[in-house]
Amino acid sequence: MTLLAESQLHETFELNLGPQHPATHGVLRVKLTMDGEYIVKAEPVLGYIHRMHEKMGENRTWAQFMANVGRMDYLSAMSFNHGYVALVERAMGIEVPERAEYLRVITVELNRIQSHLLWWGAFVLDLGGFSPLLYAFDDREQILDLLETVTGSRLTYSYFRFGGLYNDIDENFVDGARAFIKRLRSRIPMYHDLVTYNIILMTRLKGVGPISAEMCRKYGATGPVLRGSGIQFDIRKNEPYSVYPEFDFDIPVYHEGDCMARYMVRMDEMEQSMRIIEQALDKLPDGPVKAKKVPKLIKPPIGDYYHAVEAARGTFSIRVVSNKTNKPYRMKLRSPTFSNLSLFEEASEGMLLADALALMGSLDLVIPEIDR
Amino acid sequence: MNEVIRLVIYLVAIIAFAALNAAYLVWVERKGAGHIQRRIGPKEVGPYGLLQPLADGAKLMSKQILIPRGVDVPLFMIAPVLAMVPAIMSFVTIPFSETLVARDINIGLLMIFAFASVNIMALLLGGWASRNKYAVISATRAVSQNVSYEIPMLITVITIVMISGSMNLNEIVMQQTNILKWYIWPWTGNFLGPISFLLFFTCSLAETNRAPFDLGEAESELIAGFHTEYAGMGFGMFFMGEYANIVIGCSLITILFLGGWQCPFGLFPGIHWFLIKLYALCWTFVWIRWTYPRTTLWGLLNLSWKYLIPISLVNLILTAGLLKVM
Repeated sequence: MTLLAESQLHETFELNLGPQHPATHGVLRVKLTMDGEYIVKAEPVLGYIHRMHEKMGENRTWAQFMANVGRMDYLSAMSFNHGYVALVERAMGIEVPERAEYLRVITVELNRIQSHLLWWGAFVLDLGGFSPLLYAFDDREQILDLLETVTGSRLTYSYFRFGGLYNDIDENFVDGARAFIKRLRSRIPMYHDLVTYNIILMTRLKGVGPISAEMCRKYGATGPVLRGSGIQFDIRKNEPYSVYPEFDFDIPVYHEGDCMARYMVRMDEMEQSMRIIEQALDKLPDGPVKAKKVPKLIKPPIGDYYHAVEAARGTFSIRVVSNKTNKPYRMKLRSPTFSNLSLFEEASEGMLLADALALMGSLDLVIPEIDR
Repeated sequence: MNEVIRLVIYLVAIIAFAALNAAYLVWVERKGAGHIQRRIGPKEVGPYGLLQPLADGAKLMSKQILIPRGVDVPLFMIAPVLAMVPAIMSFVTIPFSETLVARDINIGLLMIFAFASVNIMALLLGGWASRNKYAVISATRAVSQNVSYEIPMLITVITIVMISGSMNLNEIVMQQTNILKWYIWPWTGNFLGPISFLLFFTCSLAETNRAPFDLGEAESELIAGFHTEYAGMGFGMFFMGEYANIVIGCSLITILFLGGWQCPFGLFPGIHWFLIKLYALCWTFVWIRWTYPRTTLWGLLNLSWKYLIPISLVNLILTAGLLKVM
């Protein structure tokens, strides 16, 4: 090695992005090795809010663990709850009334829109545009109000029960949901005009942070990250669960793999979720929302069970081993952003700091879900 | 003796004007941002939150000035002062009306740009002395940004000076007696006319480190940039300096392109016209900040070196030709 090359090798410095940093939206720490403003190596350091949810699962009864699931990804708590109750129902062989399944889909999709709206605001905030965040919150507030009326909670719902729902919707919910969809439909074109097609935003996102389909496969990325890289994979279509097969909706896919592609996937997904909600509201059957014969004490038969759902950020799946006691014997949770984040190290190599933060924002990280 | 009294009065008035403007531009910014974002903005302190700047100021002044371990103390202390002083100094040559100007010197324009360059030193020293990596990155960004935007700005200024034949700001204003004679129009000799105005406006945005060019303090990347380590009034000085610089930048645009204190229709010229134009421009600064996302550093430098500098040079040459013909 020449003297010059050697001297340049040491002209890097380490920069601690986090655990407290405005762009990480939580206590994620990224150890950056920087060469000027270029990133030589970015090493995510996890574990600042690790709460051992899996171990907690082994020490709580099946019903008690419900609250934990919602607290992992607090932004799509409904999907996570759905994954867990569906797993236990599969293990116990409980039939869920149709009305309950429809309402589950409606609330889960509302929750997904809410999560994407928040991501949109926070992402544009990462890029330096402050105002869209408040507009996103304005819309999101409507969803939270809607969900609050039926679930009694605004963030971590625990609305689902084994074999159904906690309670039925009231008469205002259907009208409220329809009114909200009408409102959001009229606002999304405005968001596209003001933000998406803004020339500064386009130059910041187009071609920035490309993630290839190959890289997605390697790290097991799912959700909008995967669909932004050209792979059409969505649990709702590929491994249908609940009543999703009864609805007509598309899986938005973009092939560029850059930040703009992931951005557009999420924007389009909001529209698709609205389509699902509309159809579900139209077809909403009457009947009970709770299965009749759910045992008071949940003790699934001995066996190994798995269930996956499509949460707002990708595939959330749970695998449990039951030994027919009132607590799971072993539990493994697979959360989507953990895999999505793990490709950050490879994808951000050689990027500028500002672009890498755009990439990080486009992965839509929720830290408590990474650390579990 | 009269001259001395006059200067003392001007000195006090300018400091008051600069501080008041800085304070109330913050209020305008917060209130404006609030309304742009469908919020109310400050409303608790005084009617319409009008006393909010005083409350903020009192809070900042009563806070301890923290000096982190390992900083370069003299530079760390000097930097905030350097951010504020040049801005106030620049007010000396600004003609608020025909007679209301502290020092009517012939190289007023040159002086303002000289002081504007000192302002960069504040950012550099503040970032460097802080002994914080984010602050150093921010300082290098701010300096490269300011240097590359001063070039098209100065070339545009040279164009205006060629037309007016003077570097005395009051004389430049006096030549633009009505709206048709403003230097924003091509027929006054400024060949590209409104384009050069937009160019100068963009450069002022970049010079004052305002969004969408606020790379120096890109909070999602660099936390608070060069003033990350400053607490209390140290931060307050940087903050006030920024707003004072906005006022200076807008004053310059008003004087060079929009006829300063002259009325558009030639009626009742005076300070009111100057202030109307000044605050309209200041509001545009606020408006832009809350509308656009931030550019990247390379995008910013590209804009300057690939577009603004060539355009301003072309404008310079064409204007020179046009003036020869006229």
